[in-house]
Amino acid sequence: MAVLVVAAHDGKTVRANVANAVAAAAQMDPEVHVLVAGSNAGEAAQSAAAIQGVAKVLQAEDAAYANWLAEDIAPLVVKLAPGYSHVVMAADSVGKNVAPRAAALLDVAQVSEAIQVVSPDTFVRPIYAGNAMATVQSTDKIKIVTVRPTNFKAAAGGGSAAIEQIAGTGSAGLSSFAGAELSKSERPELTSAKIVVSGGRGLQSGENFKMLETLADKLGAGLGASRAAVDAGYVPNDYQVGQTGKVVAPDLYIAIGISGAIQHLAGMKDSKTIVAINKDEEAPIFQVADYGLVGDLFQIVPELTAAIEKK
Amino acid sequence: MKVLVAVKRVIDYNVKIRVKADNTGVETANVKMSMNPFDEIAVEEAIRMKEKGAATEIIAFSAGPAQCQETIRTALAMGADRGVLVQTDAELQPLAVAKLLKAVVDKEQPGLVIVGKQAIDDDSNQTGQMLAALLGWSVGTFANKLNVADGTVEVKREVDGGLENIKIKMPAVITTDLRLNEPRYASLPNIMKAKKKPIETLAPDALGVDVAPRLKTLKVEEPPKRKSGIKVKTVAELVEKLRNEAGVI
Repeated sequence: MAVLVVAAHDGKTVRANVANAVAAAAQMDPEVHVLVAGSNAGEAAQSAAAIQGVAKVLQAEDAAYANWLAEDIAPLVVKLAPGYSHVVMAADSVGKNVAPRAAALLDVAQVSEAIQVVSPDTFVRPIYAGNAMATVQSTDKIKIVTVRPTNFKAAAGGGSAAIEQIAGTGSAGLSSFAGAELSKSERPELTSAKIVVSGGRGLQSGENFKMLETLADKLGAGLGASRAAVDAGYVPNDYQVGQTGKVVAPDLYIAIGISGAIQHLAGMKDSKTIVAINKDEEAPIFQVADYGLVGDLFQIVPELTAAIEKK
Repeated sequence: MKVLVAVKRVIDYNVKIRVKADNTGVETANVKMSMNPFDEIAVEEAIRMKEKGAATEIIAFSAGPAQCQETIRTALAMGADRGVLVQTDAELQPLAVAKLLKAVVDKEQPGLVIVGKQAIDDDSNQTGQMLAALLGWSVGTFANKLNVADGTVEVKREVDGGLENIKIKMPAVITTDLRLNEPRYASLPNIMKAKKKPIETLAPDALGVDVAPRLKTLKVEEPPKRKSGIKVKTVAELVEKLRNEAGVI
């Protein structure tokens, strides 16, 4: 039995994390199919077909799928699921919204945010904000799994899977889309950036985040924030790195004015190299940092920005 | 309109958890327990709806051992009107909790169910979505702002790229995100008053729900530790290390 990866997309391409989900899925069963549901999803379906290891892409066209409402997408997943051993989604805001609805409709459990595939029915997942790792075994016939993309190396491109058109399931008539307020940024997307610069309450204002933007742009980095900075209104919610925000694992993570609450560490401690800049030398962030610099960030950040420029 | 809120008893968010030596789970004996923080936001939102006249009665639901009464009492002290506890010492996983919730919803017929988007112990982020599925209701997950009007809820949702607005038909399930509101503290008089509010206790069997876990926990382990790093004295030293030692810039 094959694995079905349900792919979120923007109409043109599937999300970058679909390649990570495909890699995870391939460890559950070598035959991986990708479902691309949408309205005018042809280009997105082609981008899924180009992911190495994908045997077949199912393209479901339906006006109801245009905005990825859980009430409309889940029935399609439920209709297809009996033909598969696993249904896999990336654990992003789409996967977290759709997968549990499909699981309940199928009367099966969901494994959330798997970080390792031990065997086709056994997975490792973080609990307690990553302070413990649980190995769980699914006893259900169909296994619904969301996977944490940063823990699976993305499958390469260059594939050429066949695309099969399938019928949609229509609208459930329960919900409708009423617009989005998306952050616009030229910077790399947080979860796939090689370098992430993150700011916390120590920045003291949204205005002061401009300083981090300059540093991030010098480094070609994505820009993140702690929950405290988001709650204080310095930056929008989609900047949040942590247990309930985004999980990142870049080559370099620079935490600036972030104390290092457990829930923040949960979102970044898999980064390869961690730098912490904080005036409080007792701050917990220093316990996970490879390089710690104690001092006033308002002096250090401009100095660091200038030093990087001098390359 | 009745509003039902679900409150989970979890290890307090300030406690540094310890993995049991035999790797069967996390130590919960003699550990401070509290209401899941996302559920506090759910309770607060329901109370605000009642204060605005949009809700008439707030029912606080919990499932688990007898001590979950305390968690329900906290919700009652914040302003919920009565409690329902499905009491069991069995391990409860999200699908089972969703089924228990559905059974209580079928009985109580609330117009809205508000739950935290995830519990900070198992971090599953499933129960609200599953409940909506079982009921055939719409769902507004990761709510940042709610507006209830004329049988619909406008939900501003926190999504990967920013915020998204949806309109969902009621009855509906809402799952709360961090920025929905700031929960109040219960005042002492309200804590006293809460002691007199009724809590109904039910058993899973009486609700006809099989709560047997579908996921077997084989082991629970400590995460791999990061090796401790070093403190650098200057920006120049930091840049040098990042270039030549870590090779990341």
